[in-house]
Amino acid sequence: MALSITSAIPDPDLLDLPWNLPLDLWPESTIVALPKGISRHLVRFVNLAGYVVAIKETTAELARQEYDMLRSLQRLEIPCVEPVAVVTDRVAEDGEALAPALVTRHLRFSLPYRALYSQALRPDTATRLVDALAVLLARLHIGGFFWGDVSLSNTLFRRDAGAFAAYLVDAETGKLYDQGLSTGQRENDLEIGRVNIAGELLDLQAGGRLDEDVDPVAVADGIVAAYRQLWTTLTETETFPEAERWRIAKRVERLNDLGFDIEELSISRTEDGAKVVIQPKVVDAGHHSRRLLRLTGLDAGENQARRLLNDLDAYRATGGREALDEEQVAHEWLAKVFEPVVRAIPRELRGKLEPAEVFHQLLEHRWYLSQKEGRSVPLAEALTAYIEDVLRHRRDEITMVNPPTATLTVPVGVIGPSSPLPGADDEEDWRAKV
Amino acid sequence: MATVTFDKATRIYPGSTKPAVDAIDIEVADGEFLVLVGPSGCGKSTTLRMLAGLEEVNDGHIYIGDRDVTDVPPKDRDIAMVFQNYALYPHMTVAENMGFALKIQGVNKEERAQRVLEAAQLLDLEPYLGRKPKALSGGQRQRVAMGRAIVRQPQVFLMDEPLSNLDAKLRVQTRTQIASLQRRLGVTTVYVTHDQTEALTMGDRIAVLKDGVLQQVGTPRDLYESPSNVFVAGFIGSPAMNLFTTKIVSDGLQFGTGVAKVDRDVVASATGGTATVGIRPEDLQIKSSGEGLPVEVDVVEELGADGYLYGHAEVDGQRVDIVARVDGRKHPNAGEKIVVTPVPQHVHAFDSESGERLTKPVSAPAGV
Repeated sequence: MALSITSAIPDPDLLDLPWNLPLDLWPESTIVALPKGISRHLVRFVNLAGYVVAIKETTAELARQEYDMLRSLQRLEIPCVEPVAVVTDRVAEDGEALAPALVTRHLRFSLPYRALYSQALRPDTATRLVDALAVLLARLHIGGFFWGDVSLSNTLFRRDAGAFAAYLVDAETGKLYDQGLSTGQRENDLEIGRVNIAGELLDLQAGGRLDEDVDPVAVADGIVAAYRQLWTTLTETETFPEAERWRIAKRVERLNDLGFDIEELSISRTEDGAKVVIQPKVVDAGHHSRRLLRLTGLDAGENQARRLLNDLDAYRATGGREALDEEQVAHEWLAKVFEPVVRAIPRELRGKLEPAEVFHQLLEHRWYLSQKEGRSVPLAEALTAYIEDVLRHRRDEITMVNPPTATLTVPVGVIGPSSPLPGADDEEDWRAKV
Repeated sequence: MATVTFDKATRIYPGSTKPAVDAIDIEVADGEFLVLVGPSGCGKSTTLRMLAGLEEVNDGHIYIGDRDVTDVPPKDRDIAMVFQNYALYPHMTVAENMGFALKIQGVNKEERAQRVLEAAQLLDLEPYLGRKPKALSGGQRQRVAMGRAIVRQPQVFLMDEPLSNLDAKLRVQTRTQIASLQRRLGVTTVYVTHDQTEALTMGDRIAVLKDGVLQQVGTPRDLYESPSNVFVAGFIGSPAMNLFTTKIVSDGLQFGTGVAKVDRDVVASATGGTATVGIRPEDLQIKSSGEGLPVEVDVVEELGADGYLYGHAEVDGQRVDIVARVDGRKHPNAGEKIVVTPVPQHVHAFDSESGERLTKPVSAPAGV
């Protein structure tokens, strides 16, 4: 059978997949039932040796385009799924041509928004998701990427020390602009995001999966506020008297706190020489992640890194380690604090959460126990309690399998004769529901 | 409903000296379907994005109706980008899917219901308003997606290559649907495509762009019959018009051993002793011998009732590719040598230096 696979990271196992069948007919034995967002193309998940890939049937041009786009975004260090391959020239047994496919690697420990709640989506979870999406959008815009289809469905979320980190999944409608984005383009993305998020939450509401305290429109509006605030902090021009030069350091600190580094700051004087004008020109997300990676070699989410670094700093401040070199203390902290915790997790529980997230939750649990018992509970003691009382009862999130979610694919472009399908939902007066 | 006016609208990207869109002047009438067409990089999408408010306008103005929207944010322009998003929400009814964006805008319930009903009637979806999308056929689902844009009742629809991800068969079906729906709705529409066939079949008028410069605006017939320069002549029509440079002779243009007749005053205005002659494939007559341009047949593509003959000729020592429409059943075969001559009233002539049209525009029949 003819087949053509283009890939930068070729995996021979890809050849074993039943490419001669339309994706919707692939045997259940091949398919991994992962929850999906709402997609306009058919997307299914498949287990390769050691990892899961998402396969999307689309056109050759779109698959190629999206593959290249995801590679470009990776080079810009934008959080997104990893493109694996473009598969074209698929032919069925009877000789009929089959749709080309894009293969991306499933992000370990990532969750679609529909899997982030067991009963109904809670207000604080909804808000944290939207906040994470606002950060992702600002990062994309800084990189000159116009998304064109901002939505919860096109995003995957990873737990990040009490918050979420958002990853772009679908770059099909996106475009990179070398000269950066205009205000109009950014505003348009924001408006698309607002409408899509509202639609997604209204859909959860219609399906009885949204906590009744959540106002879909208000939460959706939240992305606009969160994004604007972040964008202003990242890009606004500040003017102050020469004597207040400490404000330069303050600005750097403020951005660091938000998780951004300033790569380039423009500093100038006003014409009369009385005032200083500063404006960040190039900012880079991942301030804490990078510091943690440099000190310990650990790769963690931005908030997880912040949390671990706080613990590391506290470790340094105690036991007479202040005088020691930061790298040296980090090495010691890793060997004596972090790694023992990770090693203590029973093997069968290691698929529950990422190690950095486990460490964060352990610190939370220790705080909770200390509050309850009115004493400083040692880490080792808290660890035993955490494993038995918390971790053991969590679901595995390494590759989330449940709950299976209903998704709907809109076949693009089929405008055929009106032919209602049997089994329609109960008719009700639609006016009550607009 | 509104007109759209580009008044010397210009877009220059930062760091570039050459405008991506150069002082473009287009007036789109109320209710008109205007297609922007041209090759990749011609500025058509930039032009649309300027109208949408996604690109800054560096010079000139854009009006929607009488309102200058040059500096108005996208969401306040009262426009709708169609087909940006096909997602339908599985738990919401057809009516909810169509109307939820109005809810976000704060439109009251009665008006939402009214607008959804009107859109549903237009789209033949009224019986399904209370159903969930999964109970609909693919075509109905797509119409629901269209409904999302329609209920907003924008002044202008904008579409940027909406069919580019469809296979050939669906593209033909869908373009017919879009064109007929646009005519029923009567909403001013600006549509971008790189495909000249799509432009010819859908647009009331077509604007052809190249390198950021507007080449010609006209009805499909204007563009086909009276292209204003060599670029438009070669771009519009498939297979493309035969175009080559040839000598000006006393009563027209040298055409092999014969002459392609054009008005004397036409060739008089040409610069230099040559001109570019243009003949559409269907305007070439085929003979086995005699006066005309000798052509060696390379291949014949049979398309049923008719077909296309692809061959080559030699003009002033240069190889020139020739395409001619032939009878699908009775035609010369590959390797044969034939002679082609132009149908007299369908000879186009262009200045060989500027590329501008020399022949008079073909006048439209009375009543058009």
